[in-house]
Amino acid sequence: MVWLNVVIQGVLIGGFYALFACGLSLMFGVLKVINLAHGDMAVVAGYAAVFLTPHLHIPEVWSFLIVVPLFGLIGYVLQRTLIQKSIDRDPFTTLLVTFGLSVIIENLLLEIYTANGQTINIGSLITKSWHPTSIIYISYLSLAVLGAAVLVLVFLQLFLSKTGTGRLIRAVADDREAAQLSGANYRHVFGIAAAIAFATVALAGIAYGMMTQFAPTSGGVNLLFAFEAVVIGGIGSLWGTLVGGVALGVAQQFGAHFNPQYQVLAGNVLFLLVLAVRPQGLFGKKTALA
Amino acid sequence: MSKPLLDVHGLVVHHGQLKAIDDVSFSLNEGEVLAVIGANGAGKSTLLRTVAGLHRPTEGSISLDGSDIARLSPHRRVALGISLVPEGRRLFSTMTLEENLRVGAFHAKKGPFDIERIYELFNWMPKRRRQYAWQLSGGEQQAVAIGRALVANPRVLLLDELSLGLAPIVIERIYALVPEIVSHGVSVLIVEQDVAQGVAVADRVHCLLEGKTSLTGVPADLTSEQIDHAYFGADLAPSSPVQGSE
Amino acid sequence: MNQPTSGAANQDGSISVRRSTHSPIFTLVGAFVLVALLTAAPWIFSAQFATTLTNFFILVIMATMWNLLAGYAGMVSIGQQAFVGLGAYATLYLALKGMDPFVTIPLAAVVCAAISYPVTYLLFRLRGGYFSIATWVVADTAMLIIGTIAVLGGGTGRSMPGLQNLSPSQTAHDSYLATWFVALIVVAGTYYLLRSRLGLVLASIRDNEVAARSSGANVRSARRLVFVIAAAGCGAAGAVLVISQPFVQPSSVFNLQWAAEMLFVSMIGGLGTIEGPIIGSAIYFVLQQTLQQQGAWYLIIFGSIAVVVALWQPRGLWGAFRDRFHTELLPVGHWVDNIKSPE
Repeated sequence: MVWLNVVIQGVLIGGFYALFACGLSLMFGVLKVINLAHGDMAVVAGYAAVFLTPHLHIPEVWSFLIVVPLFGLIGYVLQRTLIQKSIDRDPFTTLLVTFGLSVIIENLLLEIYTANGQTINIGSLITKSWHPTSIIYISYLSLAVLGAAVLVLVFLQLFLSKTGTGRLIRAVADDREAAQLSGANYRHVFGIAAAIAFATVALAGIAYGMMTQFAPTSGGVNLLFAFEAVVIGGIGSLWGTLVGGVALGVAQQFGAHFNPQYQVLAGNVLFLLVLAVRPQGLFGKKTALA
Repeated sequence: MSKPLLDVHGLVVHHGQLKAIDDVSFSLNEGEVLAVIGANGAGKSTLLRTVAGLHRPTEGSISLDGSDIARLSPHRRVALGISLVPEGRRLFSTMTLEENLRVGAFHAKKGPFDIERIYELFNWMPKRRRQYAWQLSGGEQQAVAIGRALVANPRVLLLDELSLGLAPIVIERIYALVPEIVSHGVSVLIVEQDVAQGVAVADRVHCLLEGKTSLTGVPADLTSEQIDHAYFGADLAPSSPVQGSE
Repeated sequence: MNQPTSGAANQDGSISVRRSTHSPIFTLVGAFVLVALLTAAPWIFSAQFATTLTNFFILVIMATMWNLLAGYAGMVSIGQQAFVGLGAYATLYLALKGMDPFVTIPLAAVVCAAISYPVTYLLFRLRGGYFSIATWVVADTAMLIIGTIAVLGGGTGRSMPGLQNLSPSQTAHDSYLATWFVALIVVAGTYYLLRSRLGLVLASIRDNEVAARSSGANVRSARRLVFVIAAAGCGAAGAVLVISQPFVQPSSVFNLQWAAEMLFVSMIGGLGTIEGPIIGSAIYFVLQQTLQQQGAWYLIIFGSIAVVVALWQPRGLWGAFRDRFHTELLPVGHWVDNIKSPE
């Protein structure tokens, strides 16, 4: 029963990792680049929820209604300007520029809001949970986050397969030049993909801020987990990302069960094992492999 | 004579240091089929890709209906009515046949072609519309690539090396479509290494040699010696007539 | 060997290859004066300035190694702090065993090289950005593992043994000299490495990886060698870092900020040049010293400059300078003069 609880907690946190990672996965799939400031965007979204929405007289629980669309817009604009400019140079420059952005954002947050931890106030919801037995414990909030992750993945899947714009995104991901010849403005399509990625990571950032404390440097470690989820699940597979997130979450919970010090380490070890044994991940294609 | 639909004048295109196209001019009239022929590396594909907007010319103008389009990006040219069927088909391999056509139709202009019309043109397609592009044969992929370009309702259709890697019988079937396409008011610019095919289908021929124009004319007026000479250059022209190479 | 510039050799239409834009004697004399001056620095300047110089040369070592990785071999690592940390802890461990800390510096480099070699077999399965983040996972894992070892001070760290019988000013003095010599070896070693066959292979990979592969250059083993060398260099940097501090803590020696500094410094100075990281480090230190009262602002400003440089001046400040004045202090390429095509 103790082990069942470990698995359940792992699955719940794994949903969060998948939510965090799906934007990363989408950006890589379409733009072929990794945004190293992805994690920091989530943290900025958390700060926006804490410090911006009170001015609008909206309860912090509902802050995502404002922050998520706002980040979609920011994602589009940032893509059409800075990121596109770096992609036009080469993928190498994109890594340098987004890493630079990541360090700038972290230190700006540090200067403005100090290193103090923040949380998004959701009232009594944070403590509400379901206890089917004396050992198993399911937080409603974690369940809601897992649900949100699944919903986002379903939405993404439908959007990409059923809508014209979604097909255009896939076309650009498949063959950018051929998509241009079919009338697609690939820069605009990149912008849309970035907008979706930023919106999902903003949602993840707000979920994180509701579940636990966050600080300016929280982005890095979350990017690491998101990345591990993507690689474990298989690069380029949306549902693989969910499975990868869950696998990572379960591994971490197992590690933590032995010693809290081992929580992150166990996840890293699983990641390195997957890299050693099955580098294309559980559901992946071999596109990102050398 | 009416004004040409597509007019290319003094075009120069570089690949890095290399001059791939050197002062090439030609025009394409409404409802006409022009074949650009030439050996491997003569600059034919570069020429088409430049007209489609994938390469920026160093010098020269490209105008459609009298307005210069040489600086527009490829998707803007599609909107104005220039569609390229790229060399090697370049279908979206993770998509089904129908999805490939739908991508082509997403930004389409109004005109005679839609997906239903393409399905009439290629009557084998409806049965296989849910198959992925990689599951189709080379000839079938070529047909889908043509369909994907046609659903955008171009005024000028650019066809790059349709025959590449296809069996002669398949090539013949695909070229048989050209008059049908022209009959819908589409002008066609063909690039072809297979001289026999290019000459057979075209109203006029434009031969390139090392990036320069080596011969222009109406197929009926040209002797095979003239074409050989223009195709291979003075030193290399064979004594026997040119067969469809590669 | 440098082939001297020769105008006469060109008259008959032959090809002459130079390896320098100016007389090598000029460079040699300049280098000798500079080395002598920097070796004498702690006797000339104050102890505080020596400490600043120590930190400067630690950054020069790291940035030179990062530049070798990214600028010459195309590997953007954001996990080099793994080897800074492991080098630091190798030194700590050996000093705890009773070795003189200064003697452990080369051993720390060897330890890092030995650890990095098997790691490449995992990392080289990924490319581009995925490779980058994977290097970070490796650094994170190394930090977490070190943090569980009680002898090494666990997560809270411990102070460096073996330096108690030195006075603080003596420690500053000796650690400066150690750092400066390591920096000299690293920069000179990188210079000669890039002028060797490996440099040619790396240049061919940079120009066209596919062509390099098909012409028989062993891309993968060249990259592996570079990764191992960079790990060794960063390990030595970690060793001199903890000797100069002298305190070791996982969260500080494995800090991502090391990677950030290496990257910014190389980018601003000029990727793919020997001089770039040194110039970038100098700019970084001037900025840091000027803005040290303003908290993290120097990093924000420096990061912004780096982003701007990456987008609008990708060859960095030194690269821009070199392009304009056609000069190189430490040339690693070849110049071909007067190629006449056969008639």
